[in-house]
Amino acid sequence: MEHSPPPFFKTGPSPLARLLMFSSLSVAVLVADARFNALAPLRQAAAAVLYPLQRIALAPAAIARRAADFFVTHSSLREENARLLQEKLASAPALQRLQALEAENRQLRELLALRERLGTAATAAEVLYAARDPFSRKVVIDKGAQDGIQAGQVVADGLGVVGQVTRVYPWVSEVTLITDKGQAVPVQNLRSGLRGVVFGTGREGELELRYMPVSADVQNGDRLVTSGIDGTYPPGLPVAEVSSVQRDAAMVFARIGARPLAGVSSHLHVLVLSWSRDAPPRPPEPAEQPRPRRGKKS
Amino acid sequence: MALRAARPHEILLPVKPAFIAFTLGAALVANLLPWAGLWSLVRPDFLALTLLYWCIHQPHRVGFAPAWLLGLAMDVGDASLLGQHALAYTLLAYSGITLSRRVQMFDLKQQILHIAPLLLLTQVVTLAVRLAAGADFPGLAYFAASLTGAALWPAAVILFELPRRPRLDPEHPAL
Repeated sequence: MEHSPPPFFKTGPSPLARLLMFSSLSVAVLVADARFNALAPLRQAAAAVLYPLQRIALAPAAIARRAADFFVTHSSLREENARLLQEKLASAPALQRLQALEAENRQLRELLALRERLGTAATAAEVLYAARDPFSRKVVIDKGAQDGIQAGQVVADGLGVVGQVTRVYPWVSEVTLITDKGQAVPVQNLRSGLRGVVFGTGREGELELRYMPVSADVQNGDRLVTSGIDGTYPPGLPVAEVSSVQRDAAMVFARIGARPLAGVSSHLHVLVLSWSRDAPPRPPEPAEQPRPRRGKKS
Repeated sequence: MALRAARPHEILLPVKPAFIAFTLGAALVANLLPWAGLWSLVRPDFLALTLLYWCIHQPHRVGFAPAWLLGLAMDVGDASLLGQHALAYTLLAYSGITLSRRVQMFDLKQQILHIAPLLLLTQVVTLAVRLAAGADFPGLAYFAASLTGAALWPAAVILFELPRRPRLDPEHPAL
């Protein structure tokens, strides 16, 4: 100790040493997050600290929107009211038929001793902002764990499926859009009844129906709705419309492009659906098989 | 008070730590602003710019720990991989601290030529991390952010030096 320099020359470790220290810490955090999903508490804590700042950042846009709402003209309100009344009248017969059909369906299911499908409950939420990350397609909505949102819930708007809740914070949650590269939705072709899986491409407004044989009965303009066989997405929600079909005999699968029906990246208000199907538990996986290593996502 | 950078011989007042914290917080909020459309492409990383300024001008006050923590905050705010901004900002802080003396020798326009490669470096690091994690290359427009960021450098320097200018006595104008 007696040979240490005077305290005003002490500057701690050299910049290079600190660089190595903090870089290796970053890499450790990266690996823990990307490979093992092990840092949820750290993320939660950082999100809680960040929340007030996020509200501050979002305040100007919210105030501007509210001001615009306030100065809506009388005539536009009347027009909208008239239009909504017309739409309501137009959809009334279909709604009445739906009620009758639902009642009939319930009776038939009772007759067949089938379990009644659980209805879906929905929580309305507002899209706060699109996440800045240019590598993924995510939005952040203003409902979180405090409002009963859980990871895995399906998010839809008035037109169809928007995405899925992937991370939940106390007051906000992240929704991965169906156009994200890692997102898959099991669907069914409304016209032919064919089942398949729609994948996001990472590009806006583009989806891909993969693993359909070249001879599959898919045409342009076919509507794809959720099939519900995964137990995550409720069945019958509109997802996409087939926009291009390329059949090449040299390939095993047809290249089928689709366009999302919901306003995936434009809508401000969305519904978070909670749907639970009381499916029988998964059969236990055979223990002796070695678990396949997680490879790269295709 | 003229809106210009401090001349090399001009002695500035010492920085208050509260001012540094305020600018970093404001930059973080600016980064969290909801941008849309074309703006989301060219939007500069305000936090990287502010961090770089303080690492160059106050290398003994702002260093690795604030850079790393603010990087983590950006990772959560951006819904990206935890640690990618932390790594990028750590490298940025290192380059800012080691180049501190050299950058200050040049005038503002020449400083831009130092800043642009450093901001590009942070973006390249982020890109490399995401490509390694399995993402697709988002297109060359991705790099536009560091060019707009570098273009904002003179404005940032002038803005951050404003509160540090000595108040001139009106009866004894500057020599």
